[in-house]
Amino acid sequence: MAAQSIAAPGARLEVRKTYKLFVGGKFPRSESGRTYEVADAKGRFLANAALGSRKDAREAVVAARAAQAGWAGATAYNRGQVLYRVAELLEGRREQFVAEVAAGEGLSTRKAEAAVSAAVDRWVWYAGWTDKVAQVAGSANPVAGPYFNISAPEPTGVVVVIAPQTSSLLGLVSVIAPPLVTGNTVVVVSSEARPLPAITLSEVLATSDVPGGVVNVLTGRTAELGPPLASHLDVNAIDVGGALGADGLAWGDLEAAAAENVKRVLRPPVGDREPDWTEAPHPRRILAFTETKTVWHPKGV
Amino acid sequence: MSTTTPSSVPATDASPGTGSVNPSDPSADEIATLARAVTGAVDLDDAAWRRYLHGLPGVDRVGADARAATLGTRSIKTTSKAWALDTIIRMVDLTTLEGADTAGKVRSLAAKAVRPEPDDPSCPSAAAVCVYNDLVPVAVEALAGTGVKVAAVSTAFPSGRASRAVRLADTADAVQAGADEIDMVIDRGAFLSGRYAQVFDDIVAVREACHADGRDAHLKVILETGELVTYDNVRRASWLAMLAGADFIKTSTGKISPAATLPVTVVMLEAVRDFRAATGRQVGVKPAGGIRTSKDAIKYLVAVNETVGEDWLDPDWFRFGASSLLNDVLMQRQKLSTGAYSGPDYVTVD
Amino acid sequence: MSPFEYAPAPESRAIVDIASSYGLFIDGEFTPSSDGSSFKTVNPATEEVLAEVAEATDEDVERAVKAARRAQQKLWGPMPGSERAKYLFRIARLLAERAREFAVLETLDNGKPIRESRDVDVPTAAAHFFYYAGWADKLDHAGFGPSPRPHGVAAQVIPWNFPLLMLAWKIAPALATGNTVVLKPAETTPLTALLFADLLRQAELPPGVVNIVTGARATGAALVGHPDVDKIAFTGSTPVGKRIAREVAGTHKHVTLELGGKAANIVFDDAPIDQAIEGIVNGIFFNQGQVCCAGSRLLVQESVAEELVERLKSRLGTLRVGDPMDKNTDVGAINSAQQLARITELTDAGTAEGATRWSPECELPSSGYWFAPTLFTGVSAAHRIAREEIFGPVLSVLTFRTPQEAVTKANATPYGLSAGIWTEKGSRILWMADRLRAGVVWSNTFNRFDPTSPFGGYKESGYGREGGRHGLAPYLIEGSSF
Repeated sequence: MAAQSIAAPGARLEVRKTYKLFVGGKFPRSESGRTYEVADAKGRFLANAALGSRKDAREAVVAARAAQAGWAGATAYNRGQVLYRVAELLEGRREQFVAEVAAGEGLSTRKAEAAVSAAVDRWVWYAGWTDKVAQVAGSANPVAGPYFNISAPEPTGVVVVIAPQTSSLLGLVSVIAPPLVTGNTVVVVSSEARPLPAITLSEVLATSDVPGGVVNVLTGRTAELGPPLASHLDVNAIDVGGALGADGLAWGDLEAAAAENVKRVLRPPVGDREPDWTEAPHPRRILAFTETKTVWHPKGV
Repeated sequence: MSTTTPSSVPATDASPGTGSVNPSDPSADEIATLARAVTGAVDLDDAAWRRYLHGLPGVDRVGADARAATLGTRSIKTTSKAWALDTIIRMVDLTTLEGADTAGKVRSLAAKAVRPEPDDPSCPSAAAVCVYNDLVPVAVEALAGTGVKVAAVSTAFPSGRASRAVRLADTADAVQAGADEIDMVIDRGAFLSGRYAQVFDDIVAVREACHADGRDAHLKVILETGELVTYDNVRRASWLAMLAGADFIKTSTGKISPAATLPVTVVMLEAVRDFRAATGRQVGVKPAGGIRTSKDAIKYLVAVNETVGEDWLDPDWFRFGASSLLNDVLMQRQKLSTGAYSGPDYVTVD
Repeated sequence: MSPFEYAPAPESRAIVDIASSYGLFIDGEFTPSSDGSSFKTVNPATEEVLAEVAEATDEDVERAVKAARRAQQKLWGPMPGSERAKYLFRIARLLAERAREFAVLETLDNGKPIRESRDVDVPTAAAHFFYYAGWADKLDHAGFGPSPRPHGVAAQVIPWNFPLLMLAWKIAPALATGNTVVLKPAETTPLTALLFADLLRQAELPPGVVNIVTGARATGAALVGHPDVDKIAFTGSTPVGKRIAREVAGTHKHVTLELGGKAANIVFDDAPIDQAIEGIVNGIFFNQGQVCCAGSRLLVQESVAEELVERLKSRLGTLRVGDPMDKNTDVGAINSAQQLARITELTDAGTAEGATRWSPECELPSSGYWFAPTLFTGVSAAHRIAREEIFGPVLSVLTFRTPQEAVTKANATPYGLSAGIWTEKGSRILWMADRLRAGVVWSNTFNRFDPTSPFGGYKESGYGREGGRHGLAPYLIEGSSF
């Protein structure tokens, strides 16, 4: 993915990668057959990314739904192991991520390295939450009667994430890891202009122990992919934060569409600016995609 | 729960509300045949009984308590209260079971049972007087021709801790002395240790003793639910007793706390209801001990009314084993007729 | 006819003094609506007009929000939690003291049996205030970070099925966390909220902390749409909930929704049968089935379905339907002519679609809004009565063969508020509870509520929880990180 386009005499011509979607653990091209040109921060050609369509979005939801019960059904310990393994593999691809982040976000190598490090560490942080979140967010409720009563968070189901437009890896990791913690599956629409780290992340996920369909990555126009996902009746929740700064799309429109089946909506923070992803994370992003289930049972001999 | 309606049961045609729905008293053989048909066991040993009794639907204690509590909120007023009070009197087994009992005490109690309200001929008599065995002759004499029955607590009451021979002799003694009804206790030790066949055989044998020499004493089987502890056990013991030929199932001796409670009685009412549905045979229920006020007793009547219905709203099918209850009912009765609250000075002390 | 017929045992209505007309409760005072408009509230059991109630206009809502904002900024927000707590404790105590008065008024205005308003609605409402009172000075320790902040002004819109209890569910956590409130009671049941305003006078709650604007849909829309409310809490129908979600989209108003349901009550062949029957009855006939978490779909294991339905029918025969003020009434009046029409329409559809309809013999009063307890057998999952929320005393019976099939059928609905499981096998309960997509799972019980127990739905039954520590979250802002 180096920037040069003309091979100098004697130099080796780079073998380029074809960037595709990641759906159900496979790497399909867009069913539309379309691609779009991805450029670096200075406007130089980097790659042609798949220009995902409504139908790709639909397929991604099908894949996410199919994977959801299995992912949620795994033990929290197991999910933690699997997610931690992702961090190990991310670490192994540091150089590639650094190059992509530097090129896409126009960062110095040092800053890109910091962002990649933070992204790996962020993934580790969330991986550790899998078997703790129920203890922090659950409760044993002392009801006034002879009943056992307990509340615990459960995954809401299929979560659509509109990834941040600016922070192409750290921001991306910061928004897709939290819903995965409790057993949700994710359909993520990557940063429109900076999709390459998302695609590389899919390659990491594909070679990790994360089951196919648990994370599905769509590249393309946020304004094209967001609305059908926001109104999709088999989606339980949507993080609309990444609509900030997307062309031709307001997060409020996605939220309005999400009302059709009472989706849980995670909004951008007050002020409507993309968060500073280097700040310390908070389990709120995990809990935004959970449902509290309360179970009663009588106590008697 | 499908076990409560076996298809192979030789059901008799129940004609509810007529007072006696059980056409003829079955023999021991017939009882065993019915028990085998209901349980589906060829050999009625402990294992077979365990399979059957533990296959009965469970009772959730909290739910049963809640149901009883709701029934207890019914508000019974005016005409329905008047009917209830008289019905309670007609259902009372006026009881004295003290070591200090004497012939004089029993005669006084008998008089009270016959005419609880001496100045009011509209006041009905109690159902029975319930005494220890040795006082049966006194009660029989005092109650002759009154229609008030004599009930005897038998079988080494209250613990039942005597050999079967002694318990049967005890029963025969009371029957010979003219007791109309025998209140026997089950062997709770045997029941709790899973020797169900023994409990069954005991009841069948006592029943035989009730019918010896052409007599026909009604058999009330005391489960002593306070010692059985769980409602599951209450349901199982109820079925075991009914299958063994009990005419009545009774909660308690009154010597163990807790004695009768409303939820336990509801569980037993559900058992007699299901037993009749399964076999056609109607069995009575007698809560005993701890029911001291009209208010409490009315809750039991409400429970009868709303769980098994009017077929059981009769002294032939529902009794209260009580001593102090009667006076409270009488005071309430006076209140209804005069409008003024009565006091203990205006009822007889026995 | 049973020899034991219960004589009428009516609760006295003398305890409650209903005024002929009521104003809006804004900034601590009762005031008429700005254009003088009003509406009537009737006793659904008799159709008698109980009172004339002011209908709040946009202008009135504006006044109420302003009052709430002022009170929040100047007084209630800055007030130490320990002081807020004492006001809430006062309210809890006053509700308990005046319990019978509230119960009678609730029954008159709503049509629910006095036994329920007396034994459930009012005591549970008082308990709710008591519970949240204790949180007011402990919010730093509630798990929402140090010094969590209130949103500000909470707009709360509540339904007619549990008027006072829903008021308590809304107001108690809002006040405990330092928010002030503008509450709109349902059009058909405004009276206990207005009596509650009188109770606030006795509690000496500062003006503007709680404002009550009565009215219909337009009032609710004005309140929810008001630009200066920070938090919206709505309990009601799913269509209205969706409309609210759409309206607030793109704003930073916080919303919690508690919407409809179509709960499955699942009975296995090894269930404690007599308690299951009671649970089924309580599940669908409590409050005439006008309960969002009602167990309206009975899923019975096929092997026992026939026997269970027979038992259920004979139990339904003992339900006492009639005068809600009679202390022995089990099933009272339907809340409104409109609701009765909806129940009638859906049950007619049930018959038309081929399900078998059954009701016990019961004589319904000639005036008022009444619907006999109704049981549908032969119901298929495709029937409207198996899919749509009826919100009435109507039970649809379906069958299943295996636990997995029960789960699949139970979850096959856009709703996800509650579910019931009846079996004596503990491990099966836990297996089922894990898989049922519902916010509340009652095993071997049904329709239990407690201030400490979070309540709320999955899917189209809404989001956010009320009750317990979880019920504080919608009223608090945590620290600032993402």
